[in-house]
Amino acid sequence: MFCVKSNANVIYMNLNLRESMVKAVVDGLRKAVVYLPIDVKNALKKAYEEESSLAAKAHLEAILKNVELAERLGAPLCQDTGIITFYVRLGARFPGIQYIESVLVEATRKATVEIPLRPNSVDPFTGLNSGDNTGRFVPVIIWDGVNLESDSLEIVVVPKGGGSEYVSTLYMAVPSKGIESIEEAVLDAVIKAGAMPCPPTIIGVGIGGTVDLAMHLAKKAATIRKIGSRHPNPFVAELEEKLLRMVNDLGIGAMGMGGKASTALAVHVEYAYRHPATYPIAIAFQCWAARRAFITIKPDGSYTIEQ
Amino acid sequence: MGDVYKLVTPLTENDIRKLNVGDIVYLYGVVYTARDAAHKRIVEYINRGEKLPFNLSNGVIYHCGPVVVKEDNSWRVVAAGPTTSMRMELYEHEIIKRLGVRMIIGKGGMGSKTVDACKKHGAVYTIFTGGAAVLAAQAIKRVIDVYWLDLGIPEAVWVFEVENFGPLTIAIDAHGRNAIDDVLRSAAEKRKSFVQLSTQHFYNIEHRELI
Repeated sequence: MFCVKSNANVIYMNLNLRESMVKAVVDGLRKAVVYLPIDVKNALKKAYEEESSLAAKAHLEAILKNVELAERLGAPLCQDTGIITFYVRLGARFPGIQYIESVLVEATRKATVEIPLRPNSVDPFTGLNSGDNTGRFVPVIIWDGVNLESDSLEIVVVPKGGGSEYVSTLYMAVPSKGIESIEEAVLDAVIKAGAMPCPPTIIGVGIGGTVDLAMHLAKKAATIRKIGSRHPNPFVAELEEKLLRMVNDLGIGAMGMGGKASTALAVHVEYAYRHPATYPIAIAFQCWAARRAFITIKPDGSYTIEQ
Repeated sequence: MGDVYKLVTPLTENDIRKLNVGDIVYLYGVVYTARDAAHKRIVEYINRGEKLPFNLSNGVIYHCGPVVVKEDNSWRVVAAGPTTSMRMELYEHEIIKRLGVRMIIGKGGMGSKTVDACKKHGAVYTIFTGGAAVLAAQAIKRVIDVYWLDLGIPEAVWVFEVENFGPLTIAIDAHGRNAIDDVLRSAAEKRKSFVQLSTQHFYNIEHRELI
């Protein structure tokens, strides 16, 4: 244990922790915008191998080259570094809880200058761009659970671009036809989205719950869940596989130029119990540049970043 | 379909008319970036009969808001991928018609007004890989000039010298074909055969009836 001599010392130690937290989040953001997670890279390589359409293949090749170049140069792999979302999983015994919100805002500002990130935070009424990726409710901070036993802070950072966000869709199906409507809803959303979300995409489908929960589940399924992971519910796992086959059979292909193997890399479905009178089906798209990082910060300020 | 071309600016009508949807182009020469605000201003100049400070005749417009940094009094391009083209649909046909632009580069597809203008005046719409911002920046050899910086860095008109800029896939050719539109039409047909249900399951809230 520490031997704390005065209050000043306590503040000094906590300030060190706060500084480490800012550094951890800036590093996490850098890793997320420069390096594509390995599961996404492998899925893109597989799509490239399986794709027979010449135009789609040319775009997939360009994507793979771009990913390599970004890594080599340490540059953001896409110029649209998005609106930043943080999912915070709190260890109840983590000593820096009081700093979290201010740390996330400060780290976003710092990362915008240092990496750099494109300033994307705009007042919806005046059109004014804050210039530093912060603003009212932005960056988005989602409190995503508390672990009473843990003394670590876990933050998932998701910088998601505007092109894939633009085509998000929410359907309120007639409950008696709800389950039959899922395939229809997903296929319609994919056709409506067309080439706009930069296919190949990862499609997140949130079923049931309240409207906000349905979209929350869809968003997490699209952005955080790793490609190749299987849903624990076998019915859902089968539905995911069937939906992925159907979506790719639509033949939209990489960048919408036609192709049988590169409309989507994965379909991830998540669900919650619903009200008898409602059947929400939320669909969120993640572009091929599926950027994410998992940051874990220990009480002493040391941290690890995974993807 | 599916031929690969290297083209050098300024482009000729002959260069453009030989291209078909699905062909791939690598571009050498000069491209001008323009997104929402620059398109609006270009059309305002045209309508006033005023001469633009740059010449787009036989030229190339790139839908792009680049990330650039100023180093020792010169500009360096960090990331310069394409932005969604559909927002420029309102203006592009007028610009093709009045200024003689031969090639538009963007992503996501464009609409029927652009298709008509491309056919009539000999122009093409091509797709640069969305998100491939570093690859694009690598093909930009230098910033020749910049106009209208008052619009902000992403919205200004940047004049780039490019080398081996691509792959650019032809999505709208000068023969009236729109590849992405065709792909989505065919997808809508397939969707009907995949899902036997009618579309009677979603409320249309505005009309308070089933759609």
